[in-house]
Amino acid sequence: MSEIVLEKKLKVTGISKFRELGLLVFIILLSVLVQLRNPNFLTLENINDMIKNTAILSILTVGMMLVIVTRGIDLSIGSTLALSGMVSALTVSANMNLHPLLAILLGTVIGTACGCIVGFLVSKARILPIIATLGMMNVYRGLTFMISGGKWVSAHQMPASFKAIATSSILGINVLIFIAILIYIIFYYFINHTRTGRQIYAVGSNPEAATISGINTVKVLWMVYTIMGALAGLAGVLWVSKFASAQGDTAMGYEMDVIAACVLGGVNIAGGSGKISGIILGSLLLGILNNALPLINVSPFWQEAIQGVIILVAVIVNALVKRNVDRKNLMRRKI
Amino acid sequence: MEKRIIAAQKEFNLRKFFFQWEWMLVLILIIINIINASLSPYYLNFKSIIDATMTFLDKAFIVLPMAFVIILGDIDISVASTVALSSVVMAVSYNNLGLPMELAMVICLVVGTLCGLINGLLITKFKELSAVIVTLSTMIIYRGIAYIILEDQASGKFPQWFSYLGWGYVGGIPFILIVFAIFAVIFGLLLHKTTFGRRVYAMGNNITASRFSGVQVDKIKTVIFTLAGFMSGVTALFLTSKMGSTRPNVATGYELDVIAMVVLGGVSTSGGKGRIIGTILSIFVIGLLRYGLGLKNVPAQMLLIIIGLLLVIAVMIPNIKINTGKAHKLHKTKA
Repeated sequence: MSEIVLEKKLKVTGISKFRELGLLVFIILLSVLVQLRNPNFLTLENINDMIKNTAILSILTVGMMLVIVTRGIDLSIGSTLALSGMVSALTVSANMNLHPLLAILLGTVIGTACGCIVGFLVSKARILPIIATLGMMNVYRGLTFMISGGKWVSAHQMPASFKAIATSSILGINVLIFIAILIYIIFYYFINHTRTGRQIYAVGSNPEAATISGINTVKVLWMVYTIMGALAGLAGVLWVSKFASAQGDTAMGYEMDVIAACVLGGVNIAGGSGKISGIILGSLLLGILNNALPLINVSPFWQEAIQGVIILVAVIVNALVKRNVDRKNLMRRKI
Repeated sequence: MEKRIIAAQKEFNLRKFFFQWEWMLVLILIIINIINASLSPYYLNFKSIIDATMTFLDKAFIVLPMAFVIILGDIDISVASTVALSSVVMAVSYNNLGLPMELAMVICLVVGTLCGLINGLLITKFKELSAVIVTLSTMIIYRGIAYIILEDQASGKFPQWFSYLGWGYVGGIPFILIVFAIFAVIFGLLLHKTTFGRRVYAMGNNITASRFSGVQVDKIKTVIFTLAGFMSGVTALFLTSKMGSTRPNVATGYELDVIAMVVLGGVSTSGGKGRIIGTILSIFVIGLLRYGLGLKNVPAQMLLIIIGLLLVIAVMIPNIKINTGKAHKLHKTKA
């Protein structure tokens, strides 16, 4: 009996390793192809640029993975990002001497509050995640426009210290990348080695069983959306600092990029599974695509459709792989 | 004991008649009309209210099939992109390919239907994928194709008679209202008076049980998503006619309005509940609310917030109602 379980486990990890390896091979192939078309692609400068651009995406991807693991989805993060970015931009433009760390803190707090509201709606009021986040997406977007009065906060209104968040470096690593790495380390520990982290997966793979075994599913769901909001808030400040402008329509539709990165990274949309190593590759692949398409002269108007097709193909491939694994397991049981 | 339960249920039903969600909507509708009338002295006459319907009825066509989709327990967020794609294809086939306008209009409907069919097939062929993720990716793809076709251009210059669809009158009543009334009757009969409609409810309540009792679950689901595509094509016709030209970013955010209308109309997002009459009432509630706020010069961003909150609150209310209802019943049986 235990042998079968062990064998099954081996088989499953084998498949998921294979998927990540496949993703890695795909990334390398893609890079080589793009490099052949445009030799500027694999220069140190461009790679640095690309990773810097991917940093914000990858921060959001961690939160989205947790949300998707609990069988949910969060469409409101683009708006949360814009709202917290706008609030912190307005604050620093009013108080030029504000310490950048305080600005980051402020954005994160706003994001946490936004996420907390979404979490309440999903966990306590038991609204479907898609409906709750679709509604709040518009509320937060509307609020962003309202507090800014429809105006931009542009580079010259921001103090240099605030803009320096994205350009300075810690230990020789750009701050954006540094923060992303830090978050990945924290969350790797959190979801793999803490009880609360494991509970997220339990809730995602079988909510009923999780409830019966004494896990407070409401609390876990609420926490997951709050974490997502906090990360979106943090990303909002970084975004505004990086682009040195805050607008009402900042990051509109960015939630799709984040979901795409998760799905590419092998996070199962039906909940219960998803790995940190997978989403690193997922965000990297999406970052490379976003960077490479303009370099090989693909019209910007094609990018949206290409991205949509990639998401669709990725989820279908995931589904087919899972079908295959399930069938193999079933056959083994028969013997 | 048994008798008591039945008696309790009977009493509950009588009460239910007066506490139906639809009466609540009628009440809200009257209140909105009173507020609108107090805002503008020209509002409260038959002609002006009838004319007001022209401003919001275009998206109402999608509300009807969306009610079916949500009764199934699914969701379709690709409808707005379908509207954009079919509208753009129509404009291009008339303006650039030189096809006659009548044919272009047929093509518009065909494109919409095809989009819906693709959604339906993907959802039924890959059961591992939820409707959320499938329509999320097709939402990006359809809008992306619209961008590929028209880039950032607008396409207009339709023949004079085409504007009749959106702005014409038949005997003092807007043409669009008449067409909507016809579709509403058809969809109402389909849902409430045919075996097809009964099966939709059955599937919404328990899809596995429906499959085992011989309902062709996949076929019905595909038909419903195709209907949603077709009606998006109809919306594209009226919307394009109303605006006189089209762009790839047309109808952005319609999915929110449409889903909000359906949910406010008393259709439960957990499936199996809801009536067409409620959704029709809620079309007028949201439509006239928007119109009234427009009279008062409320900015569009404020509308975003209001509609978003309305959606969330509308979903929250029945959730609370179900809870108290259950408690009520339990209490009764115990006594």
